[in-house]
Amino acid sequence: MAYQHYILVCGGTGCESNKADAIYRALQRETETHDLTHAVQVVKTGCFGFCAQGPIVKILPEESFYVEVTPEDAAELISEHIVKGRPVTRLLYKEEQSKEHARVDDISFYQKQFRVVLRNCGFIDPEEISEYISREGYVALERVLFDLSPQDVISELKTSGLRGRGGAGFPTWMKWNFTREQTSDQKYVVCNADEGDPGAYMDRSILEGDPHSVLEAMAICGRTIGANKGFIYIRAEYPLAIGRLERAIAQATEFGLLGKDILGSGFDFEIEIRLGAGAFVCGEETALLASIEGERGMPRPRPPFPSVKGLWGEPTVINNVETLANIPVILTRGGEWFAKIGTEKSKGTKVFALTGKIANSGLVEVPMGTPLRDIIFNIGGGIPDGKAFKAVQTGGPSGGVITAEHLDTPIDYEHLQELGSIMGSGGMIVMDESDCMIDVTKFYLEFTVEESCGKCAPCRVGGRKLHDILTKISKGQGTQEDIDTMRQIGTAMQRASLCGLGQTAPNPILSTLRYFKAEYDAHIDQGVCPAGKCKELVHFSIITDKCIGCGLCARRCPVLCISGERRQPHEIDQSKCIKCGECFTACKFDAVLRA
Amino acid sequence: MAKMSLDDLRAMRDQKRRELEMRDADNKTVQIIVGMGTSGIAAGAKNTLSAFLAELEQHGLTNVSLRQTGSLGLDHAEPTVEVRMADMPTVIYGKVTPKVAGEIVRSHIMNKTLVDEHVFDRPAADILERKEQ
Amino acid sequence: MSTINLEVNGVPVTVPAGTNVLDAAATAKIAIPKLCYHSDLPAWAACGICVVKVAGSPKLIRACALEATDGMKVITHDPELQEIRRTVIELILSTHPNSCLTCPRNGTCELQTLAADFGIREQRFESNVRDIPADTSTPSIVLNPEKCVGCGRCVKVCQGLQDVWALEFLDRGDGTRMAPAGDITLNESPCIKCGQCSAHCPVGAIFEKDETQTVYNGIRDESKHKVVQIAPAVRVALGEAFGMEPGSIVTGKIYAALRRLGFDTIFDTNFAADLTIMEEGSEFVERFVNGKGALPLITTCCPSWVDYMEKYYSDMIPHFSTAKSPQMMMGALVKTYFAQKIGKTADEIFLTSVMPCTSKKYEIVRDENMRSSGVQDIDVVITTRELARMIKQAGITFDSLEDEPADESLGIYTGAGTIFGATGGVMEAALRTAYHLVTGDELEHVEFESVRGLEGIKRATVDIKGTEVRVAVAHNMRNVKTILDEVKQALATGAELPYHFIEVMACRGGCISGGGQPYGGNDELRKQRMAAIYRDDVDQKIRVSHQNPAIKALYDDFLGKPLSETSHKYLHTHYTPRPIYIK
Repeated sequence: MAYQHYILVCGGTGCESNKADAIYRALQRETETHDLTHAVQVVKTGCFGFCAQGPIVKILPEESFYVEVTPEDAAELISEHIVKGRPVTRLLYKEEQSKEHARVDDISFYQKQFRVVLRNCGFIDPEEISEYISREGYVALERVLFDLSPQDVISELKTSGLRGRGGAGFPTWMKWNFTREQTSDQKYVVCNADEGDPGAYMDRSILEGDPHSVLEAMAICGRTIGANKGFIYIRAEYPLAIGRLERAIAQATEFGLLGKDILGSGFDFEIEIRLGAGAFVCGEETALLASIEGERGMPRPRPPFPSVKGLWGEPTVINNVETLANIPVILTRGGEWFAKIGTEKSKGTKVFALTGKIANSGLVEVPMGTPLRDIIFNIGGGIPDGKAFKAVQTGGPSGGVITAEHLDTPIDYEHLQELGSIMGSGGMIVMDESDCMIDVTKFYLEFTVEESCGKCAPCRVGGRKLHDILTKISKGQGTQEDIDTMRQIGTAMQRASLCGLGQTAPNPILSTLRYFKAEYDAHIDQGVCPAGKCKELVHFSIITDKCIGCGLCARRCPVLCISGERRQPHEIDQSKCIKCGECFTACKFDAVLRA
Repeated sequence: MAKMSLDDLRAMRDQKRRELEMRDADNKTVQIIVGMGTSGIAAGAKNTLSAFLAELEQHGLTNVSLRQTGSLGLDHAEPTVEVRMADMPTVIYGKVTPKVAGEIVRSHIMNKTLVDEHVFDRPAADILERKEQ
Repeated sequence: MSTINLEVNGVPVTVPAGTNVLDAAATAKIAIPKLCYHSDLPAWAACGICVVKVAGSPKLIRACALEATDGMKVITHDPELQEIRRTVIELILSTHPNSCLTCPRNGTCELQTLAADFGIREQRFESNVRDIPADTSTPSIVLNPEKCVGCGRCVKVCQGLQDVWALEFLDRGDGTRMAPAGDITLNESPCIKCGQCSAHCPVGAIFEKDETQTVYNGIRDESKHKVVQIAPAVRVALGEAFGMEPGSIVTGKIYAALRRLGFDTIFDTNFAADLTIMEEGSEFVERFVNGKGALPLITTCCPSWVDYMEKYYSDMIPHFSTAKSPQMMMGALVKTYFAQKIGKTADEIFLTSVMPCTSKKYEIVRDENMRSSGVQDIDVVITTRELARMIKQAGITFDSLEDEPADESLGIYTGAGTIFGATGGVMEAALRTAYHLVTGDELEHVEFESVRGLEGIKRATVDIKGTEVRVAVAHNMRNVKTILDEVKQALATGAELPYHFIEVMACRGGCISGGGQPYGGNDELRKQRMAAIYRDDVDQKIRVSHQNPAIKALYDDFLGKPLSETSHKYLHTHYTPRPIYIK
């Protein structure tokens, strides 16, 4: 090693605002003082994602994790840890304190344990089947073909407690078992890769990073339920994932891991890719089936469920990508191993796509039951720009909001439902104090109205009405009666819509009504948008006493409606103002009033 | 390659695994792994990959394997690159523009010095480590 | 057939396996409100009004799409369901114009009935009616998307029942419309004008092109001699529009009503049907016995079928009977033969047809052959529904009218002519006469039961004194494909022909359930109307076309013999391949 130690100082926004830069400089100074520059490199890094404990300093190769470090601690870290080789116990992360050394192995050990779905993502070359094979790839299929009976597979899945990751969390073993029990010459396995929630891209990443895990799972499913044909329904706007899948299917077929007589077992299984045009409703399983069949993607009534009458009327298992990606690991390591992860009723891990007002947007995989606070503040690095957390939307347009008071709720199917939201596919959109809940809700309704297939009346008409009423409220023209009307339409939609899209479309409204009724009242009763987002209700003006006439706002204004002499108070031409808020953000003297 | 038998598959798995292990043990091999998910590519991972190629060629580094992989999950820091080599901690670099790619080759690989401001980490690691206990 | 026992609102009900909950409830005398469901079509489950509660399911389920199972416990009505249904109806109403008073479906509209039943007195939700222009491009039907409630029946009829694929769902969400794919007009689409969409539409979004004013104008024109003809199927359905029992035969009342409306001469298309049998029957004998022309011979009475064939099966044109439809034969004769008889020229006659069919409106302007008298042979076609309205407008108490006869001589018909109104009727009538033409003998038993009924495809082998004639009858446009494909395959491989004679009618059940008949058509009603048609057959003294004395007189006076030069001039036509889509 060129250096004996590497000291990593977190340079994320959160740590930076807690003097990380001063710590960095102090550490460098101390290194020089001790004449250790040849042996120690001090580096400023990107966010470690553990902002609640920041500022953070990590020393390699020991992997010592120091938290809440101050510039004054620099001297001790160098003199004790580096020079004398003794960890500074008082600064170690508290759960690490019990250990003599935090080892690199622990982390990689963990990674094998908990990056279940994403175990290979970012590790193997997805275009090279041998890399997948080297990571226990197709071991599960081997077992299923030669050692396990279909009944064994079902009971292993039952033991694992795996539930569908695409929405309602239906037990996977039951789905497979229903289909297995059907008598039919032709059955199908369908992989739902029609990921459509705004801000969600878990499935895309899995397919791009580890396509074989899905192929292997589909073949396992086929063997278990008695199907030898599989379809992957994927949206055409995922070209990279499609390309990787095509390559993976070709390689697996070439290797004899798909196709006729797999590994000499006598079992045939082939997989075809079907491209969807990107309609959100095609993620709904019956609409998806219609689309594969070449029909317009519109949902069909259930029952009969696809496990009885699915693709072309034949028994069909439909699982989403993330669900399938769990299967090979479960069958390699055992259902019991899997069942140890997570909570009582929600087993395993869940991948979330963390987006919105969050420092570290990205994909995170955590055990079920991880508190929301950990996901948002520790992994996600909290809210940027020092703003306050307001809520997080889970479950996309079918879900609801979770507020600050529920941040410590363990995230699993049951708890989310209790809070009026759903797991959905795993999108998590974080909102801060500058977000207006009416505006956000309106966005979701706009989405469901846009994406409604138009088949059933409650969704087709009800969604539009809800959206129209929200628009009215956002303009300050709503009434309390409108709230009742929304509740009534919402109930009719939940109860009488044909598919999940319509049944859950009112959820964002019902959820925000539950937690943010005061914000509705402010719009309705006072004609005020507290967050300042609803343009019709916001008004920008310049406070003459505070304005020093610097002209910054005038230069920023995109419609040039601010004027004034230099060093004289400026004025906003209200007739031209588009209420973009640029002046408000730009002013360094709080001279722009947003009301 | 023709269709595999069960034995072929197992042999391949073992051989490949050993190959990877040997590669790690053999102090010469350096691995640069570029995250090539949609978000990585959107953030310019393809340019990053070409920059690595050019830089490696320029310095005549033949002991470096440049590979691609799926998303590392750190979307706020794309393009992301993982560098694995003996005598150096395995590091994930974020916001690796072509310029940074050059720095990584010159500094991290050739001078065994981390590139300041671009080291990131697997964000989930620490919190999950706590869970595991 | 196995049976299912379930409970509807606590009442035990036993139904055949495969029955849906909507029908199961009906057996228990419980009517579950519905809008999109129609018994002709598989449940589309769109409207969300027929939702019910089923023990064990936390969700409401659409009764139309739910198959009854043993031990099932269903609740069809309770205050919660009532409120949900009401809200859904109100939501639908908010997208529907409030123009009931001027709507062609005023009084027959299923949405109007629901609104009335649910006592909806105010428009609670803000109205947003779409502003989309109506499509009036065909001579037969009008598409008014503004009134569409999105039930999907028309699309399912067009694609599923008829296999025409003129209509499709366009756009999505609340912009969803039913229109031809590519947003072309109906006339540029594969539409065959059968009007089944209009017969199934629950509201006024698709309806027949109203020609009653043209008829009134004709009647008021003093320079014209006003003639009218009525098609076979009209007489067994019109009564329904006046509250009479389905299946009432009202031929005499129609003649009387038409006279009161101001027509000078009342003729009956049944006469022309007999004539069609003479021409088409002779054509069959020519081809079958004398080998002149292609076999199988395929009937051409149905203009929708002709349109379909010209678009989808133009390679089968040589198999088509060149005989015009009865309506057009009547048209040609009235403006030539009859005109001469009363000393008028063709353009001094105003001829109206009353048809069960929207496609007949298109047939009269199909091509130049429909002007064999030198002018347009038929001036205007109205449907059974339009005639019903005219009778009401004239203040005629239809059900109490005394029966009157039609006029000589083109008003005289046989039982063979009348059964043209039902699927299999043309075939049966043709066989009755073909037997005579081939053997010179008369049948003892004129009824061919095997070609009757609602079975989609009926196949039969008829023995004409030792000669085997294989026939097939298809109705519901989608069924024709099966038969034609069998024929095409035999022709391609040189195998023995599966059929010698094929009858096709576009609508399910034949003309009795045509696109212009009174609303409410379903298999129940079709059976009643069909039974009436066959009763009318039995009621006739003469039941074979070739014995119709008026037909004999016509040949003696004017045509000479079947397939004569005069016959060809006036009673035969030819066919042209047409593009499925007009660009």
